Amino acid sequence: MTEAQLNDLAEPVIAARNLDLTFHTNDGPVHALKDVTLDINKGEFVSFIGPSGCGKTTFLRAMAGLESPTGGKISVNCMTPDEARQKRAYGYVFQAAGLYPWRTIAGNIKLPLEIMGFDKSEQEKRVRNVMELVDLKGFGKKFPWQLSGGMQQRASIARALAFDADILLMDEPFGALDEIVRDHLNEQLLKLWARTNKTIGFVTHSIPEAVYLSTKIVVMSPRPGRITDVIESTLPKVRPLDIRDTPEFLEIAHRVRDGLRAGHAYD
Amino acid sequence: MRKILAVLCVLAVIVVGWYGAAISLNAKWTHDQAKRAGTEVQFSELVADTLSQERPVLPAPHQVAVELWKTTIQKKVTSKRSLVFHGWITLSATLMGFLIGTTAGILLAVGIVHNRAMDMSVMPWAIASQTIPILAIAPMIIVVLNSIGVQGLLPKAFISAYLSFFPVVVGMVKGLRAPDMMQLDLMKTYSARSWDVFWKLRLPSSMPYFFASIKVAIAAALVGAIVAELPAGAIRGLGARMLTGSYYGQTIQIWSALFMAAFVAACLVGLVGMMQRWTLRKMGMTQ
Repeated sequence: MTEAQLNDLAEPVIAARNLDLTFHTNDGPVHALKDVTLDINKGEFVSFIGPSGCGKTTFLRAMAGLESPTGGKISVNCMTPDEARQKRAYGYVFQAAGLYPWRTIAGNIKLPLEIMGFDKSEQEKRVRNVMELVDLKGFGKKFPWQLSGGMQQRASIARALAFDADILLMDEPFGALDEIVRDHLNEQLLKLWARTNKTIGFVTHSIPEAVYLSTKIVVMSPRPGRITDVIESTLPKVRPLDIRDTPEFLEIAHRVRDGLRAGHAYD
Repeated sequence: MRKILAVLCVLAVIVVGWYGAAISLNAKWTHDQAKRAGTEVQFSELVADTLSQERPVLPAPHQVAVELWKTTIQKKVTSKRSLVFHGWITLSATLMGFLIGTTAGILLAVGIVHNRAMDMSVMPWAIASQTIPILAIAPMIIVVLNSIGVQGLLPKAFISAYLSFFPVVVGMVKGLRAPDMMQLDLMKTYSARSWDVFWKLRLPSSMPYFFASIKVAIAAALVGAIVAELPAGAIRGLGARMLTGSYYGQTIQIWSALFMAAFVAACLVGLVGMMQRWTLRKMGMTQ
């Protein structure tokens, strides 16, 4: 093993140290993040859970370089988030699919590839591959409005996967979908994670979703946004949907709920 | 069917009202003539006369229709008395002015969206430009351009562009700013250059706004071209027809030129509408 590879193993993919982030609004400063310290290692599936205003989305956006911290340090692949973004370190999935209505599904998935300057044949190949990965084979020529919400969100995941970033950052990607579709997509996401071995950061406010998906659950609480608990999941990597009825699953879920309750000032 | 009936109904009301107005407005002349001749006019004579005067205050619809028929179908299009000829003169200035105006409007909008200094400074000027009556500024544009040797189509096109750039600026600024924060953030996660953001996101997003604004712009361009023909004492074009008509009291000529202008405007707006439907369907934006 070379020294660089050893470094890769040793260093966390994402490392936040005493991260502070304050927004200045007309109503005075808002402490979105306060003293947040966290390591995310390669291949982990980390969920961020907490009530709204706890800074989970802000934290994810800070990893992506979409927000600039006002204090502390954060590194992605040992670089600043901005540098990491320029090196295409991550794909980002937003709450809404946000597909361009004037592009077909294949055209939408191709978008980042065009911007990043992949050549034409490579674009076609990658689009084909990721469409298969998210189970959208044969829908390439359809326009977004011809697809259901779940399929649109899958297309947006495919778009984030297309340029093969090692990190996938997902901001409540299934929040707007109904329970059944959500279960199905959760199952598919786990399979995809197992096949691609990506590092995933996942924001949610559903406890079952967080427990079902994650190897590590980060519980956050608001005002100021901070981490109150980090739970390492003991569930096996292969998880059928009915694992959610096992005592082990319920125990982790219980701990998450306790963490949420403790951090929640009912004011 | 109900729709056609409704349209015909409205049309009938307009035509009847028009005939009524023509009789009452032209009656004065008929009465004056009768008084001079020392005769009395019967109502039927009054109606017959008011609807067939040579220089009525308000020509009757059929008089305008006959004039339109004579000056479009029965005249060679190269004749100076052909409305098709005059219509084409105005139309060519309109189209050129529309092209100049739309291009200028798009460029200004791109500047406003991408440059903070332009964002702060251009819009007030654009609005101010539209508060000056076009009738006041048109002669000056023609005189100034004439003095530097620009004649013919171009001065008219400039005035028409002056009116048509404005709706395009307003519409395109709105359109280019249509993408929401999430879509812009997505572009940022790709480290997209502003060039890519423009071509792949802002411009396609602006298309519905673009078509809405050029529909207004093309009608404004036609008005601009007609107005531009008035002050220079032009001898060709629909504006010139209206002007000479008013010199010699040829109200029928004025009205037929008006109808020709309305027809051209309807065709232009219809054409833009067709382009809009075609483009948006091609873009998959109509369901």
